[in-house]
Amino acid sequence: MLFLPILIPLISIILLIASRHRLKLQQWLSIVSVLAQLIIALTIFFNLSETGHLVAQAGSWPAPYGITFVADYTSAILLIAVSLIAVAAIIYSIGFVDQVRQRGGLFVLFQGLLTGVYGSLLTGDIFNLYVWFEVMVISSFVLITLGAEKQQLRASVKYLVMNLIGSMLFVAAIGLLYSQLGTLNMADIAYKLRSEAIPPLVNSAIMLFFIAFGIKAAVFPFFFWLPASYPTPPIAITAFFGATLTKVGVYVMLRFYSLFAQLDAPFWQPVIFVVAGLTMVFGVLMAASSYDIRKILSFHIISQIGYMLMGIGLFSVIGLAGAIFFIVHNMFSKTATFMAGGLIYLYKGTYDLKKLGWVYKTKPFLAFLFLIPALSLAGIPPTPGFFGKFFLLYAGFEGAHWTITIVALVVSILTLFSMVKIWNEAMWKPEVESANLSVKSVRPAAWVGTVIAVVFTLLLGLTVGFTYDYFAQAGQQLIDPMNYIKAVLPELIAK
Amino acid sequence: MKTEILKIAAAHLKPFLLVLSLVVLYRGHNEPGGGFIAGLMAGMAYVIYAGAFGVIQAKQLLLAKPLTFMGLGISLSIFSGTIGLMNGADNFLTGVWTSISFGDYMLKLGTPLLFDLGVYFTVAGMLVKVIFSVMEEDV
Repeated sequence: MLFLPILIPLISIILLIASRHRLKLQQWLSIVSVLAQLIIALTIFFNLSETGHLVAQAGSWPAPYGITFVADYTSAILLIAVSLIAVAAIIYSIGFVDQVRQRGGLFVLFQGLLTGVYGSLLTGDIFNLYVWFEVMVISSFVLITLGAEKQQLRASVKYLVMNLIGSMLFVAAIGLLYSQLGTLNMADIAYKLRSEAIPPLVNSAIMLFFIAFGIKAAVFPFFFWLPASYPTPPIAITAFFGATLTKVGVYVMLRFYSLFAQLDAPFWQPVIFVVAGLTMVFGVLMAASSYDIRKILSFHIISQIGYMLMGIGLFSVIGLAGAIFFIVHNMFSKTATFMAGGLIYLYKGTYDLKKLGWVYKTKPFLAFLFLIPALSLAGIPPTPGFFGKFFLLYAGFEGAHWTITIVALVVSILTLFSMVKIWNEAMWKPEVESANLSVKSVRPAAWVGTVIAVVFTLLLGLTVGFTYDYFAQAGQQLIDPMNYIKAVLPELIAK
Repeated sequence: MKTEILKIAAAHLKPFLLVLSLVVLYRGHNEPGGGFIAGLMAGMAYVIYAGAFGVIQAKQLLLAKPLTFMGLGISLSIFSGTIGLMNGADNFLTGVWTSISFGDYMLKLGTPLLFDLGVYFTVAGMLVKVIFSVMEEDV
């Protein structure tokens, strides 16, 4: 069961390569494939055991010798969220991305990226996690360069170099950890750290992990590759990146904090808070100062990562539930805003706010589609953004972490400011009498994808009363990982 | 830079390297070797040939396009993993073994070998694809 999320995209890759001369078939195959992934993700979620775990050992080699796959509430929720947003993203790219890029392997690479994401969410082995990260890096690197425009190539170099440095630190940390503990199974490490004296170099390894994942998640001060590379490929690809790559980085931080770093919470909590606060502030300030829809939204990705980190630092049930909810909310809202921004581009031919205008007058429905996720990012009820921030701020006040909570509040207002800026400039301002901006043809699939993403965003906000329990359970699991360890290593614990 | 020495050497090296790569592939389960190294050797056989006779001639010797080899390789590897699923839903990648005896010698076959064979084709196809693309740019 747990292998199917990886097997399905892999098999899809083969089928897609085999049908590479038939674009229509590729498009349908991709849609069917992500729908199948969604069904599998839901099945995994509803088949979690009483303690909320599902474990599988690759090749039937028992942990800690083999590679373990584990699902708990956190990973199952994110699995569903990723496959949901993948449905929207693939339909949207069928309508948005040009034929050359679609024929050039867009769908193959999407499936490759999904393989890496699902693998990272499910694996219970650190080295295996590294491999999935590489799968993601390779797929995303080719996606950034797909089409080979000059600007894209320049951006891809920054992206690749930064990610290679991250991978290098990651491997160094793995080596260090293995030399100290002799195991790379996450549950086994967590158990050893809890039952034996902690060897001194383990903390160094965890710090290296933090930096490596910080680079992937684009937190302060490692975020600069993101605004350099995200705005260059077609916005359909950027939307999908924003929903997956950085979020997986945050997920892994969440997992590592729960299993390892929380043992040294007096040291880690302030570090996380400082990084979270600076990430929020820098992201939002850069967003406030730019005038390009793609850039503003890319900077906002960074700013929002800060909130997720804040939830990790708070480490209470509500705080963690808030962090996970915030990840899901961001996947939906951010992708939906990107998609709506892309539609504006298709009709107006530019992302530049200074040249845009009167979208509200000419395309009121499009303006509406943009408004909902934009308000969600700013945190206006009843959108999911409001609930995500509410949980985090509630947990912040509850735990008496005043500084970070107040920073989060102020950043919220600045976020609202830049969303209102896009609204005012693109929607309400009279159209600038600019020269002939090339208007591309709009295929209906682009509309369908956007509407799906916006509907997901709305539903997430409206159903929070029913879903909150699951997020809280996910948080509870992260606070006390003993059940996770027991699920992976039943024999070891029985001794 | 097409020299006679390289041409003769390449023509002789190609079959030699291909056979050797199969040996390395088979012994990989218990001894140094395996699909990755063997794949590199098989790919190099054609790369050296292309270096001596040109990419166009080397391409004609390939039985199929490099991309086909890569697809075949990935398919084989995934297929080898799914054989274990016959024994239960959680047995993905679990080894299944069988053997054929030729008199004294016993040939051990199993899904790990099939997996390695997939790696072999993937790596060989990838190497040929990448290096041939770069060599074509030069001309």
